[in-house]
Amino acid sequence: MGGLLSGSKGKLLAVIVILGLIASGVILLKGPIAHIDPAAEWIFQVGAIRITNSIIASWITVVVLALIAVLATRRMQLVPRGLQSLLETFIETMLNFVVSVAGKKWGRRFFPVVMTIFLFVLVSNWMGLLPGFGTIGVVRDAKAQFGEKKAEEVHATSFTKLNVAGLDVALMLPGGGEAAEKPKEASGHGEAAQAKPVLVPFFRSTNTDLNTPLALALVAMVFIEMWGFQALGPMYLSKFFNVRRLLRGEIFSGIIDLAIGLLEIISELARIISFTFRLFGNVFAGEVLLIVITFLVPLVFVLVFYGLELFVGFMQAFVFAFLTLIFGVMAVASHGEDHKGHQEEGEAAEAHH
Amino acid sequence: MTDEGLRLLASALAIGMGTLGPGLAIGLLASKAMEALGRNPEAQSAIQVNMILGIVFAEAIAIYALVVALLIKFV
Repeated sequence: MGGLLSGSKGKLLAVIVILGLIASGVILLKGPIAHIDPAAEWIFQVGAIRITNSIIASWITVVVLALIAVLATRRMQLVPRGLQSLLETFIETMLNFVVSVAGKKWGRRFFPVVMTIFLFVLVSNWMGLLPGFGTIGVVRDAKAQFGEKKAEEVHATSFTKLNVAGLDVALMLPGGGEAAEKPKEASGHGEAAQAKPVLVPFFRSTNTDLNTPLALALVAMVFIEMWGFQALGPMYLSKFFNVRRLLRGEIFSGIIDLAIGLLEIISELARIISFTFRLFGNVFAGEVLLIVITFLVPLVFVLVFYGLELFVGFMQAFVFAFLTLIFGVMAVASHGEDHKGHQEEGEAAEAHH
Repeated sequence: MTDEGLRLLASALAIGMGTLGPGLAIGLLASKAMEALGRNPEAQSAIQVNMILGIVFAEAIAIYALVVALLIKFV
């Protein structure tokens, strides 16, 4: 295939163009870095509830997933083609994997929850990388958006403002227009002159708001406990409050069992914290990294980190779902049936391989 | 040493020293997994899955350090 970019001269040309873009970006596009906030910014208010940009992004995630599902299952055929075939392959692979870990009976019961968590986190992480997430938003006064105290710390970003349908919409650009100059004019006396415009993005990756990972972790925990009760009945509580040996009269062993039960309860609660912060930390840190690199070396270079973020988004989705699965398997395993359970899993694993 | 300067220092130390342990842990895990894989290439999927699980737990500790660093810096 001939063309401008073929051969070693073409490659040299490509390298020169890229380096030139990076250099011009560093030299020409300089501006103050965007305001990074662990808390999500609210977009509009419904009564007493403030809807944040991360909630809007999670709604879009749900709509995207529902749309894919509807499109794939419309006019379903016995021999699948197209989107239906793709989704069938995907679901079948994941189902085999889940069944190989959890056994046939419990694998099929865990599968919907585990798969939903995986798909939701994956789609929302990857959607957060789309252009427009975090960069296109509405211009508001810092005091109105953040409240008096916090508005002091917020510094103005550089953005370019347009007026769309009466609303001041802005696009965040390193080295771009307005707000870079505004603070100099407005730095005077009196609060009326100090209107500090900030860019409030319309969309923000939903796992960068601590609430969403917390909600997912709580959902996962509730399901794990529910599966434990479904498998073992009320005797599931004997894992945490092991009074069997105490009632038999062995005081010392009984107290040790109670202490172990207490540690189990603490470790269950710690799982909620670790699930939450693992997902939040990875996604939020990724977003901060992208913003910092974009403002540090404005053009082209940030693509490398987009690759990292794609990978991290997928890994975190997989890890969240996989850990939910593993903890579910541990919750339904009772000590008496250990050998039978392992044998079943062994058979399922052999059949799978 | 101003308040703001101490904050920056604390944030940097939190993440810097907090990732020493997990970095070491992940390196050990991966090296042992490679050894096991070299000895028994047939067990690849089992080794891989368990290695990922171990690395995830180790990375979670690093994430805790990162969260503390971010909290110090931004909150």
